[in-house]
Amino acid sequence: MAAALLSTFLLSACTGPQSVFGAAGREASAIEDLIVVTAVGAACAWFIVTSLLIYAGRVRRHRFAEETAQRFITWGGVVIPTVLLFALLSYALWSMPATRPWFDRQQADLEIEVTGEQYWWRIRYLNTSGDVAFETANELKLPVDRRIRVSLKANDVIHSFWIPALGGKMDMIPGRTNTLWLEPTRIGSYRGPCAEFCGTSHALMTLTAIVMTMEDFETWRQGRINKSPTSADAGAAFQRNGCPACHAIDGTDAKGLVGPNLTAFKDRLRLGAAANTRDNLFRFIRDAGEFKPGAQMPAFPMIPEGELNAIVDYLAGET
Amino acid sequence: MSSVEDRDQTPISTDEEERQLRAVWANPSGWRYWTSVNNTQIGLWYAATAFLFMLFAGVLALLVRAQLAVPENDLLSADFFNQAFTLHGTVMMFLFAVPIFEAVAIFLLPPMLGARELPFPRLSAFGFWSFLLGGVFVCGSIFFDAAPNTGWFMYPPLATDKQYSGIGADIWLLGLSFIEVASIAAAVELIVGIMKCRAPGMRINMMPLFAWYLLIVAGMILFAFPPLIAGDILFEMERMFDWPFFDAGRGGDPLLWQHLFWIFGHPEVYIIFLPAIALMAMIVPTFAQRPIIGYSWIVLAAVGTGFLSFGLWVHHMFTTGLPQISLAFFSAASEAVAIPTGVQIFVFIATMLAGRVIPSVPMLFGGGGLVIFVVGGLTGVMVALVPIDWQAHDTYFIVAHLHYVLIGGMLFPVVAGIYYYYPLINARKLSDRMGKIAFWLMFSGFNIAFFPMHFAGLRGMPRRVFTYPADVGWDWFNMISTVGAFVFATGIAIVVVDVLRPKHRQPKGEANPWNAGTLEWISEPEENWGVRSIPIIKSRYPLWDQPGLRDDIAKGRFYLPGAVEGYRETLVTSVLDAEPIQCLRVGGTSYLTILSAMALGGVFVAITFHWWIITALCAAAFLAFVIGWLWTGTAIPPEKAEKDVGLGLSLPLYVSGPASVGWWAMFITLVGDGTAFGSLVFGYFFYWTIHDDFTAGLAGPGLKWPLVALGLFASAWIAMVAARSVNRGHRTRDMRVLVLCALMLTLLGGAAALAGPLLTQMDPTEHVYPAIVWVLVLWLVSHAAVGVVMQLYCLARSFFGRLTATHDIDLVNVVLYWHFLTITALTTLGVIGLFPAMR
Repeated sequence: MAAALLSTFLLSACTGPQSVFGAAGREASAIEDLIVVTAVGAACAWFIVTSLLIYAGRVRRHRFAEETAQRFITWGGVVIPTVLLFALLSYALWSMPATRPWFDRQQADLEIEVTGEQYWWRIRYLNTSGDVAFETANELKLPVDRRIRVSLKANDVIHSFWIPALGGKMDMIPGRTNTLWLEPTRIGSYRGPCAEFCGTSHALMTLTAIVMTMEDFETWRQGRINKSPTSADAGAAFQRNGCPACHAIDGTDAKGLVGPNLTAFKDRLRLGAAANTRDNLFRFIRDAGEFKPGAQMPAFPMIPEGELNAIVDYLAGET
Repeated sequence: MSSVEDRDQTPISTDEEERQLRAVWANPSGWRYWTSVNNTQIGLWYAATAFLFMLFAGVLALLVRAQLAVPENDLLSADFFNQAFTLHGTVMMFLFAVPIFEAVAIFLLPPMLGARELPFPRLSAFGFWSFLLGGVFVCGSIFFDAAPNTGWFMYPPLATDKQYSGIGADIWLLGLSFIEVASIAAAVELIVGIMKCRAPGMRINMMPLFAWYLLIVAGMILFAFPPLIAGDILFEMERMFDWPFFDAGRGGDPLLWQHLFWIFGHPEVYIIFLPAIALMAMIVPTFAQRPIIGYSWIVLAAVGTGFLSFGLWVHHMFTTGLPQISLAFFSAASEAVAIPTGVQIFVFIATMLAGRVIPSVPMLFGGGGLVIFVVGGLTGVMVALVPIDWQAHDTYFIVAHLHYVLIGGMLFPVVAGIYYYYPLINARKLSDRMGKIAFWLMFSGFNIAFFPMHFAGLRGMPRRVFTYPADVGWDWFNMISTVGAFVFATGIAIVVVDVLRPKHRQPKGEANPWNAGTLEWISEPEENWGVRSIPIIKSRYPLWDQPGLRDDIAKGRFYLPGAVEGYRETLVTSVLDAEPIQCLRVGGTSYLTILSAMALGGVFVAITFHWWIITALCAAAFLAFVIGWLWTGTAIPPEKAEKDVGLGLSLPLYVSGPASVGWWAMFITLVGDGTAFGSLVFGYFFYWTIHDDFTAGLAGPGLKWPLVALGLFASAWIAMVAARSVNRGHRTRDMRVLVLCALMLTLLGGAAALAGPLLTQMDPTEHVYPAIVWVLVLWLVSHAAVGVVMQLYCLARSFFGRLTATHDIDLVNVVLYWHFLTITALTTLGVIGLFPAMR
């Protein structure tokens, strides 16, 4: 009864856009169950120990014989915890391969490579031969009910990739490639933070995972692969002010690789850690540090207002 | 057994004896007070300093909480916030949690063991001054906006990025290395003190549990801190000279730091937690008014916890992508450690059940602490399961978990200890009323602050974020946490007020106000001598089981009741059975301890700012002070061979070899030193295993020069061993010749060791392979250099008549150093010579 109440409370107190509860992925569901089971067990254990302690501290009570107290240590301190922990550990170890395979031999329906950068995410969709099909940033679009292999890398410092609703986290370490399997089970939009401290704006390094039907995903993917250029002179201000040195927009001459790929920028939900609005975009280009302290992108106080507006127009129209 | 001259002395009255004893142990007055080395003073200064650092780190925590009270707050800048939480964690761990127990141990152990002093009082003083200087250096950095800002775990490559971390990372690495030296010094002191300075009759199975725990913890420090020091060395070499240990581009690997850091970092948790449980193990029997139930259980459990704690470190790295099979192993080990921890809690409950508990403030804090700690232990069982950790790792769930463990398992018992032991400091109790108010504020404030963090964490709030948006549902949890944090802080403020408020109007209480059974309660707050006379112990709770003991001790009816020759003396006993074997003269008041600490501090500060000339000057000064300290304070041939210590017992004043405290101290220090060296060798093989060809095709030191060096070092070792034995045969001249030969061979050996990498022009900035070879070689050569200084010291002692056939402590200890140096040489040269070839 108490356990049921507690688990209901736990679940209701813990759902949200970035929560480990209300799972929308296979790994997250399995872990959710494990958390509920262990949390309820822990609450019971705590209740028993605390009651014993309060009882033992009472002035008027039965005084135990030494042998009884000795037996109490043997059973309460050694035997029962050992049995319980052994059972719990067996259950958890048994459940591990179901969440993350012991050996990485499975076939993936989709392969994605995500690289942590200070303080954003470089996302590359790979084609079947393992080459980069196209690149995007900070928004991870995924098809529902497919097994997706995500290769995790980092260039500068250690980051950690985590979308709580889909599964546990995995670190991105320079010099290594880690693998994480995602299997979204529910359509929706889920938030994920960087989970390893990575510098000044670590708090602002966030990612959105958008889980869509396979058809929608395919449409989007084909659109990105066969991206046709927006009209050439629309991007003139973008070109003139040197943006392509760092940024790429597919289908144009802008091919910079240092910063995020800005293709289809209009569709992005967020800009840095703020909403993707014209006003924010204007201010972001003026001084990215205002939004993300310590960002690699320099401030551009020298771009004339007209030019800046033209760049904003261009990006805001880029689909 | 007593000698003729002792019997010739006219017997002196007890009052006269007491006067002499008081004069010998008196602290100097005026400003010289600060040169005092008495364990009571050092313990109190140490504890007060650690407590001040705790308050400082607490204020940082309140700033952090204030910033997080509401979403998108702009109270603190991102960079200041990052400095604040880094320093909060660093200070709490290194400047409060570990030192406070060294402090309490230095203060309590001598009277608890029935000793006058710990064996090396000057070493304690040196440790304290090092701690103070290092701590001020680290904490002060935040006032210059130069504090470390990469988290207390200092993960490279973020922390090796000079542009991001600035000088803060150097301050962390060097300031804390300095403090780690102090911690290891304290560990040596405590181990030798507990093993060799117990009162006669206090066999090892009669030791107070506090001493057992501290022995285990000091042993853990000895094995846990050196890997971090090794890591610090690699780290500074990368930061200062660009040796690429953690740079993936040149063969390094950031994960090596994580391994070294957590091999230190996880035992650290138990290094903090076990002494607090030790305090509980003293408090619970007193208030249950009966001996502890399950003495063997709790000792075994403490040993088990200490042992297992070295096999858990990977649970801090469950998300780094290590093979699942190793995760499963470390998960099992992490669950296993819950068992001995549980045993200790059940021992307390069983003791309470079998006794009748007297309600009191110490029990309130102790019990409240356990209630909190159990929550942390149980969430620990949860996150030790690998899948749960994948979700919970680096979230506020962990922040809640670790604070439940550390505050429940450490801070509450410490406050219980303050209320319990305060009468030993000031002969008066603290206020019951203020204690209760403080407890309820702290207890409720703590839970209000930290319980909601479990939910914030499960809702996905990561650690170390300076801000968060309003739309993810963390705002209420954070607001509640912040309110709780301030309530908690109010409780701590009340404890501080209670301790500091003037109490001279309050009448002095009785000597053993809680009617405790253990020996520390015979100590008199106004006296410096620890115990008036050193008793014979026959029970685990001598004050309960040996009637009249207090009176007999105070009247000087046991050993060493006076100080006829004017020296500070204590008894040295055997390790297991505590049979008296020596009357040890310990070091007295000295300014050398402060000067050496300042010189060593100067070395670390100067390196931080790359002031190389000042570094060299400070290092030279440090060497001079240490040699002066050793020359004037250690291994001094006494004026007579034996001394009557009372009760018809006569003991030698000079003992060398394994019976002496100096030999043990050298041995223990070398075990710690060897552990640091082992960590560097671990680094070598770590690189060797992660790469297919870890030499990257670069030239190695070859086989010839390492083998030549090895031969030279081995010959030097044989010469030293021979020198020791000819010295015992009164062949002083032959001894000097042999030591001189050994010295030459050592110099040549060092040169040959350097020749390998020098002649093949290994460039340590090019790749990790030459870098790690160079580090091993430099480690060996610097140890050989220290060995040469020791040999010169022995020669000088011999010429000045302080090293003779019968008084050979110096030589015996240096030979002991040589055993370790030879193992180091064998390992280093074998590894660098053979292992690139063997694949």
